[in-house]
Amino acid sequence: MEELLGIPVQALFGQILLGLINGSFYAILSLGLAIIFGLLNIINFTHGAQYMLGAFLAWMGLSYLGVGYWTALLIAPLLVGLTGIAIERLLLARLANVDHLYGFLLTYGIALVIQGLFRNYYGASALPYPVPAELRGGYDLGFMFLPTYRGWVVAISLAICLATWLLIEKTRLGSHLRAATEKPGLTEAFGINVPLLVTMTYGAGAALAAFAGVLAAPIYSVNPQMGADLIIVVFGVVVIGGMGSILGAIVTGFGLGLIEGLTKVFYAPASDIVIFVIMIVILLVRPAGLFGKA
Amino acid sequence: MQLSRRAFGATAIAGAVSLAAGRSRAAADKVKIGVLTDMSGSLSAVLGTGSVDGTRMAVEDFGGSAAGMPVEVVFADHQNKADVGSAIARRWLDQDGVDVITDLGNSAVAIASQSIVKEKNKIIIISGASSSDLTGKFCNPNSFHWGYDTYMFSAGLASELTLQGGNTWFFLTADYAFGHALETDATRKVEELGGKVLGRARYPINTLDMASLLLQAQTSGAKVIGLVASGDDLERFIKQGNEFGIWRKQKAAAFGLQLYNVMSIGVESMQGIVHNSIFYWDRDDKSRDFGRRFWKRNSKPPSEAHAIAYSAATQYLKAVRAAGTKDTATLLKVMHELPVDDLVTPGGKVRVDGRLIRPTWLLEVKPKDQIKEGWDAFSVVREIPGEKAFRPLSESACPLVKL
Repeated sequence: MEELLGIPVQALFGQILLGLINGSFYAILSLGLAIIFGLLNIINFTHGAQYMLGAFLAWMGLSYLGVGYWTALLIAPLLVGLTGIAIERLLLARLANVDHLYGFLLTYGIALVIQGLFRNYYGASALPYPVPAELRGGYDLGFMFLPTYRGWVVAISLAICLATWLLIEKTRLGSHLRAATEKPGLTEAFGINVPLLVTMTYGAGAALAAFAGVLAAPIYSVNPQMGADLIIVVFGVVVIGGMGSILGAIVTGFGLGLIEGLTKVFYAPASDIVIFVIMIVILLVRPAGLFGKA
Repeated sequence: MQLSRRAFGATAIAGAVSLAAGRSRAAADKVKIGVLTDMSGSLSAVLGTGSVDGTRMAVEDFGGSAAGMPVEVVFADHQNKADVGSAIARRWLDQDGVDVITDLGNSAVAIASQSIVKEKNKIIIISGASSSDLTGKFCNPNSFHWGYDTYMFSAGLASELTLQGGNTWFFLTADYAFGHALETDATRKVEELGGKVLGRARYPINTLDMASLLLQAQTSGAKVIGLVASGDDLERFIKQGNEFGIWRKQKAAAFGLQLYNVMSIGVESMQGIVHNSIFYWDRDDKSRDFGRRFWKRNSKPPSEAHAIAYSAATQYLKAVRAAGTKDTATLLKVMHELPVDDLVTPGGKVRVDGRLIRPTWLLEVKPKDQIKEGWDAFSVVREIPGEKAFRPLSESACPLVKL
């Protein structure tokens, strides 16, 4: 068999594909974080808990009400988005004029409360969530076996990322958003309701996290800790991509998934730190991140 | 100044008196079992409140007293931190009149508490931790290991699968002491039986994506993939391996698999997976008696460690009853002599290094259509006698063995 860098080429293809699959979770989560940071200037530490909430709502829907995967994929982000709107209106909005540290502490506190509540009621062990019947099975690609569900995750993540990017860069609503990000006072003077935009943006960011949570449920199972495990890496992704940069979040999400996957091939013990090593290097060389404006 | 010094003196004396009173009352006429466990972290599902309730069930089976002394169960959360765990152990033994500490799930906490208990000359029965070093280089005369250990996990399963024809292996190993020890033990067994280890990858714990690692194992072409993992990591290995069709051609050796893992993953993706287990509630009439009572109280059947916590407390109370005293030296002697036979542990005997020698069972996950009650997920392949299941004294690093 032909070899590249000491591993068979076919195995390398498989690893690259796997990296992209994992990258899609990073991309969709960091996308939500990036739009929230861009407009609210808040590092949303509740993001991991909102991701977990999405997965839990899907699980609860299936176990208690018999609501299936596809409905959950719509309803869970909607519900989490609504709670996000409530959090923004009732709590975060009051901190808009004080130091960012307060927003940071608030979102962190909310995350701890939500996780604690779920652990209290559902325990620490993972709850199983089946892959929907339509997406079971897989394709033999020759170099590896691709489960249908993973293929679906990559496809839908790419679609969501693209849609979000188009919405922000190419529509009227998006231009209002970008204006509000740059100069909130001036935008408001033009008659655009900036507080409403801020609230809706936070809701949308939370909904994206919940969407990723529902996507993750069949792969990783559902447990109260699932968001906390992932969110640290996602923060790394956002910092590398450039805080608040939409394109940066998407590209680095996929890219770092790839790098992390390949690290597992060449030196597995380093796979949990490689993203942070890259983060340090980027912060030294380009403090604003790869796609950020200095 | 004068006044405050007097006030200080008075407070100190009052404090000392109350402490002394508390101690004498506790020590005089009460047996106190301290369950030191993980109440909220990643191990809290298989340990935690279930271990506490298993212990309470043992006390209730004794009618709440032993040798005329009422028995009390206390518990605390060690948070999976050795320093937190040792601080609690010290407080329990110094101030709260605790006589025996059990559970100790998390090997780091167990190792730290072992030496404290010896220093205070009390008794420790480890029912939740799994490092085989607990009765190896860290063994001491006041310490007993009641539950599963890494040697038992690896030896039973590695030999079984190798003998079944799985003579080439690839290990995916958790990169810390537990993983390294288990991998070494398993490698030795595989090679002893003429098998070959083709490769290994060590991964950091709490890894979310296992597919990259599994793909390496797949590429190696090994017949068996040794999953040296526990808890969530192990669950992800099996689930994702199933998703990527790995288990269709290669066999999974799931060291350290437990009933709760199987339920989390979902039985349909686990059919035929074999592991060596210390307890299964639906195995015989006695285990079912315990299992069903526990199920009623806790809304699910006991985990392996919950049952072992019951067995540990039961044996301790039997020893107190037989000795008629809480005197440590007497109790230690009785614990070593008294045969072990309860609902959870049939035909057990404590060895000189503190290891409880007892049968274990090779269990297999049933096909889904044979599972009737949800939690009756296993069938017994074979019983492994205690002498074969645990590390022989000839390989032990325990200093007590050479005496």
